[in-house]
Amino acid sequence: MNETRILQRLRGALRTGALITEPAAMRPYETDGLTAIREMPWAVALPGTEDEVREVLAVCREHGVPVVPRGAGTGLSGGARPVRDGLVLGLSKLNRILEVDVDNCIARVQPGVRNLAISEAVAEHGLYYAPDPSSQLACSIGGNVAENSGGVHCLKYGLTVHNVVGLKVRTIDGDTLELGGKGFDYPGYDLLALLCGSEGMLGVVTEVTVRLLPEAPAKVVLLAAFRTLEAAAGAVTRIISEGVIPAGLELMDQLTLRAAEDFANAGYPRDAAAILLCELDGDAAEARALQSYAARLFEEEGAYDIQQAESAEHQARLWAGRKAAFPAVGRIAPDYYCMDGTIPRAALAEVLQGIGELSERHGLTVGNVFHAGDGNLHPLILYDANQEGQVELAETVGREILELCVSVGGTVTGEHGVGVEKLTPMCAQFGAAELAQFERVKEAFDPRRLLNPGKAIPTLSRCAEYGGMHVHRGELPFPGLERF
Amino acid sequence: MAEDRAAQLIDAVRSAAAADGRRLTLVGAGSKAPAADPGDALAVAEHAGVVDYRPEELVLTARGGTPLSDIEALLSQHRQQLPFEPPMIGGEGTLGGAVATGWSGPGRPWRGAVRDAVLGVEMINGLGERLAFGGQVMKNVAGYDLSRLQVGAWGSLGVLLSVSVRLSPQPERERTCRLECGAAEALAWMRKWARRFSPISATCFDGGVLNVRLSGMADSVDAAASRIGGEQSSDLSLWQSLRDRALPIFRSAGQGGAALWQINCAPAAELPAGPCLVEWGGARRWWRTDEPASAVCAYAAEAEGVALPAGAAPSFQTPLMMRLKQAFDPQALFNPHLADADALQ
Repeated sequence: MNETRILQRLRGALRTGALITEPAAMRPYETDGLTAIREMPWAVALPGTEDEVREVLAVCREHGVPVVPRGAGTGLSGGARPVRDGLVLGLSKLNRILEVDVDNCIARVQPGVRNLAISEAVAEHGLYYAPDPSSQLACSIGGNVAENSGGVHCLKYGLTVHNVVGLKVRTIDGDTLELGGKGFDYPGYDLLALLCGSEGMLGVVTEVTVRLLPEAPAKVVLLAAFRTLEAAAGAVTRIISEGVIPAGLELMDQLTLRAAEDFANAGYPRDAAAILLCELDGDAAEARALQSYAARLFEEEGAYDIQQAESAEHQARLWAGRKAAFPAVGRIAPDYYCMDGTIPRAALAEVLQGIGELSERHGLTVGNVFHAGDGNLHPLILYDANQEGQVELAETVGREILELCVSVGGTVTGEHGVGVEKLTPMCAQFGAAELAQFERVKEAFDPRRLLNPGKAIPTLSRCAEYGGMHVHRGELPFPGLERF
Repeated sequence: MAEDRAAQLIDAVRSAAAADGRRLTLVGAGSKAPAADPGDALAVAEHAGVVDYRPEELVLTARGGTPLSDIEALLSQHRQQLPFEPPMIGGEGTLGGAVATGWSGPGRPWRGAVRDAVLGVEMINGLGERLAFGGQVMKNVAGYDLSRLQVGAWGSLGVLLSVSVRLSPQPERERTCRLECGAAEALAWMRKWARRFSPISATCFDGGVLNVRLSGMADSVDAAASRIGGEQSSDLSLWQSLRDRALPIFRSAGQGGAALWQINCAPAAELPAGPCLVEWGGARRWWRTDEPASAVCAYAAEAEGVALPAGAAPSFQTPLMMRLKQAFDPQALFNPHLADADALQ
């Protein structure tokens, strides 16, 4: 069957105007949050109902058309980057909150609902949805499921997988999977956990049931300033090991805290080598007790200045700097490349030092602003794409940082996903047998590999091309590009 | 006892695979799995011992056969605990068994499920390959989450060699509040509390008594205890008995043939008639009844949940689950009574 006929069938499956094929109109879909990597899709479908999703998948299955599911397009690893001969299945029009069930403390929503919109819709009941990726204003819950998104508060309240209790999923085979429900731990293989973070490779999420938590009545934010990066890292290890689980614990080094201060006037001490932002919550008694305990621990670990923000305004100001850190760094360098390795907390000081050495050796500045409490690093590698060789150099530094993370027992991606960006670093983390096992799991859901092909799991040949598995010193430009 | 027997286990799986798919029944401490299954027994309990424990990281890695009691004793020296409170039936049980069954304890809605605490596994698949998924870090989205998939899989996907779990600090103070009330009233209280921030860490209604466990900082526990009221005590033995399934409702003998069902459902759903223990803020019910299975399942469906005979392994018989089983264990070596891949043909 020719292309025109397939397009005709897709058009028939969708309401008028929901199939886009004009290049100009498809332009916004050629990339996601990882804008360096682009591809023009064959077509874009924007279904408005679950039935339309089913119909579109049926047509694609029948004709062997690859399907790239897409949420709000805020992903940072190229997970929603189109494939040239494939359809982008945009789920942003499926944006209805289907049910808020206060008695059961859940909300049932369509995948295109924005993360923050859930909390806004249930705020009147004193409830909220906990995972808060920094893009929560824009990112969609379906995309959060695909990436198993975290956020500042996941240290205490968990990732997406910990806060989703039910999923409705369409497989490329046309089956509907109803996983979980309004309660917990329904028997059988935990497909719900498997789907979380599967990057749209196993099925298309058409409905999400999230659990809602009661808002903590009291909250306090501490800012602790340190004279060395190592001391700040040591304070992170100390506070967690003392049994205090903050709601959020973020670290910013001098470069990023100064950039953020210039940008947002948050009141950060510019002379600090690093600051920690520590949010503690609970009932009034708990927050008070935690506040004085944490302040004492920070002091013992060498904090020379501690701000204790009790008013909502002061807290918001301190957080504003952190939230503005990425755009602020964007102002001091033409380009930056954000990494996402996660390491055991005890290795923080060692790895930060290693990143400093890599930065010096390659002559590229690296800023650090990250979720210190759970060891999730976001090194920002500053470069200038207009200078010859700098893109490649930034990618080399990035790869070496991720290899450093793996070498201390960490992972190449904590919350941004593999997408197309970290396919090569995956070779450093997994051996051939694990990769083959991933492939067989994929096959159980999608034997023809139509769903989001070429993402998340590197092929064995790709890894082999760099000298076998566990490549540590392969010299390659553009590790994000596919090489078969 | 603390011994690395991975090589022997891999050999055993490989020779079973080579012997044209001789089937293997995984046997741990034997405290949870039903006895007498077809196939050769593969003893996994001897592969035991803590491999890595870093209290400052709140992470422990131990071999599958490590007794839960050993782990708990070690953790309590550092005032830490397993957040998921796995049952130790008759005081027995291994880490591998806790993960394989995926049975979460009384704190599930507040402290998370078994799978929520699992950070990584090392396992042997049906090809006799040693595989590692996940790791020891808190956040990890590299590849499919095949470590959490092992939780509740009853060993049907492979042999768990070791598991890394997230730990939690022991709370500074714990108290039990005991209130006498009817079942419907108890459920209404549970749901009301679920909508308010509090240090509640477990609830249990059984036989006309609603018990509430409070865990946290001293001041906050005391304040919550006086709000909730009832009879207060620092005795926590009820929660251990609930966790270990040692309360009277769990004992099958002498109940005149009525069966015990476990129902996981929407927490606010109406309660069934008859003796029923309600925990997890209403989300798990243990119902002793002589209603036929069809009636129990109909009740569970009405409550937007699922019923299973207490202690039974679930079914893994949907076509997709059978394909997943095949993806790990193409010859269907492991625990053949749970999933029969032949049915796929």
